[in-house]
Amino acid sequence: MAVSVDEAVSTGPVRDRTPAARRFGGRGRSVLEIALLTVLAVVMLFPVLWMIETSIKENRDVYAIPAKFFDFTVTLDHFKDVFVASGGGRSTLSVAFLNSVVVAGVSTVLATVLGVPAAWAYSRFSVKAKKDQLFFILSTRFMPPVVVVIPIFLMYRQVGLIDTKLGLILIYAAFNVPFTIWMMKGFVDEVPAEYEDAAMLDGYTRLQAFWKFTLPLLVPGIAATAVFALIFSWNEFVFAIFLTSSDTVRTAPPAIAGLIGGTTVDWGLVAAASVVFALPVLVFAYLVRKHLIAGVTLGAVRR
Amino acid sequence: MGTVAAHGLCKSFGKVQALDGVTLDVPDGSFFVVLGPSGAGKTTTLRAIAGLEKLDAGSVHLDGRDATGDTPAERDLAMVFQSYALYPRHTVYENIASPLRARRRSSSEIAAAVEQMSNLLHIERLLKRRPAQLSGGEMQRVALARALVRSPRAFLMDEPLTNLDLKLRVEMRTELTRIHRSLGATFVYVTNDQVEALSMADQVAVLKEGKVQQVGTPTEVYERPANQWVAGFVGSPQISLLACHAEGDRLVGAEGWTLPRPRWTTAEDGRPLLLGLRAEDLSVEQRGNASLSGELYGLEPLGDRTVVDVRVGTEILKVKARPTVTGTPGERLHVTVDLDRAHLFDAGTGLALSEAGR
Ligand SMILES: Nc1ncnc2c1ncn2[C@@H]1O[C@H](COP(=O)(O)OP(=O)(O)OP(=O)(O)O)[C@@H](O)[C@H]1O
Ligand SMILES: [Mg+2]
Repeated sequence: MAVSVDEAVSTGPVRDRTPAARRFGGRGRSVLEIALLTVLAVVMLFPVLWMIETSIKENRDVYAIPAKFFDFTVTLDHFKDVFVASGGGRSTLSVAFLNSVVVAGVSTVLATVLGVPAAWAYSRFSVKAKKDQLFFILSTRFMPPVVVVIPIFLMYRQVGLIDTKLGLILIYAAFNVPFTIWMMKGFVDEVPAEYEDAAMLDGYTRLQAFWKFTLPLLVPGIAATAVFALIFSWNEFVFAIFLTSSDTVRTAPPAIAGLIGGTTVDWGLVAAASVVFALPVLVFAYLVRKHLIAGVTLGAVRR
Repeated sequence: MGTVAAHGLCKSFGKVQALDGVTLDVPDGSFFVVLGPSGAGKTTTLRAIAGLEKLDAGSVHLDGRDATGDTPAERDLAMVFQSYALYPRHTVYENIASPLRARRRSSSEIAAAVEQMSNLLHIERLLKRRPAQLSGGEMQRVALARALVRSPRAFLMDEPLTNLDLKLRVEMRTELTRIHRSLGATFVYVTNDQVEALSMADQVAVLKEGKVQQVGTPTEVYERPANQWVAGFVGSPQISLLACHAEGDRLVGAEGWTLPRPRWTTAEDGRPLLLGLRAEDLSVEQRGNASLSGELYGLEPLGDRTVVDVRVGTEILKVKARPTVTGTPGERLHVTVDLDRAHLFDAGTGLALSEAGR
């Protein structure tokens, strides 16, 4: 995920100050480290830079050999093509983006609405075989999507969920609920149960106590968890390409992939679509970056 | 009305038996103190009464009605939590108003009640703050205000003064007793501080390891401890316990001393006993017919008095003396004993011997 890469890079200089680093003798070590980090950053960021450049190059410059780094003609035509079909009207890609927004958004809401109360219940109540249940819930995430996609495909064909947005929404929600439960349980554990006890003595019911007093304290955690779920659903490729086929249902990842593979590939369009696709994730991750770090250290480290 | 009757409460957390048949009968309008050391099960008892803890066994009756299955809200109790549990996102005003909001009182009624409470507890200036902006003592007052703002059946208070400094604690002690008197309400008050228990309570229940050791007035608990453990826990300095047995009309100590046998003892000769002597019932300054001899072990000046440690054989006696008392360690001393106020316990069971003849 784009976020974890950002985090990994940004923690570099912090690690620099640990005692272990000092053993090598300050200056030489930090020069070496800066050099390595620079190499790493270039390797990581070059494809991104290239994508952005390609998305604003005229077609002539896109295919130029040798490749043009600086002196190309800037155009926004590719971005126009992402949204507007060649004959006017909406393009297939813009429909795919809309589908992605709907599928990722609804599945994330669904996973949050189901997962947060479940996490609360696992945190607050004594449930039989709680650890086993939690392990079972997590174990549904052990397998990568590609392992389960064939059985899911067969099941979906039986119930008529093939090539529907609902089908994708359900499978993404099913993948995000376990994650939401685990991450949110860490956050709920951090909120003292006594707030709810006090609220119940004040005269509220247990659910009111949760809703009025615990839930507001969980908002940062919910935001972080939801962003992770959103990023998963937004980026997901395997289920999307196997379970959907028509242009009206397809989400952006398979739609963009579908641009590649004909006799000629419109790389400018591919790059522009990719930029549009990457933007929401970056914006979201930036908005909740503090909570993301809190979420990672809290939700993951505890328990 | 506000009687609280808990019968045979049992609760275990995994292997820990937190409550082991706790029975308490709290009369209407009394200041009932549950006293016990850390981990005795005091908080668990209160939480069980409040309906926050699912019991393994036992029942809770409120005003004579079985409330064992009731939700906390239905029980109509108010509680001050050991950790205060003030809502962090709410202002002090909203914290205090919360019980009234939950019961859908009108906002004018709420405003009046919160104002009255904040005057009573001197927290008017704090109403707009959040709990994180309060000192420990202020939080404790707010927690009290949140409980007192309503008139529930009974108030449950879990060590509300423990986190305060000594001066504030003594002030709040008097304040709480005053509030209790003016409200005439039932208080179930938990503490590990025996001074607090003795000074505030109408009735004290002494709790140890999930079992009630003794219930009685502060005087009863102090003057007639039911067992060796209660005698040791209540009272400062701690009661001195000497191993001995009866022999005819004498008590013979394991360390070789003899004392006249108190008239009221019923123990047969030779049974191993413990003689319990409180510091104020011993003297190094007066002469009497019953005395023990030992050597000065140490002096503990406490301002208004000095506690003299006297070593008798291998055992230490704590003796209350005037602050002017002096001496050098090792010096021989005679300790006069007021045998009419002595306590005798069975060394095996720790139970106090019958005091029928006293
Ligand atoms: N939720 C819990 N889970 C496991 N054990 C618990 C729990 N609550 C209490 N206990 C255990 O039960 C026993 C009684 O605890 P309790 O909190 O009632 O003690 P306490 O008398 O209030 O002590 P303190 O004066 O320290 O507050 C302790 O041994 C404690 O470790
Ligand atoms: Mg406690």
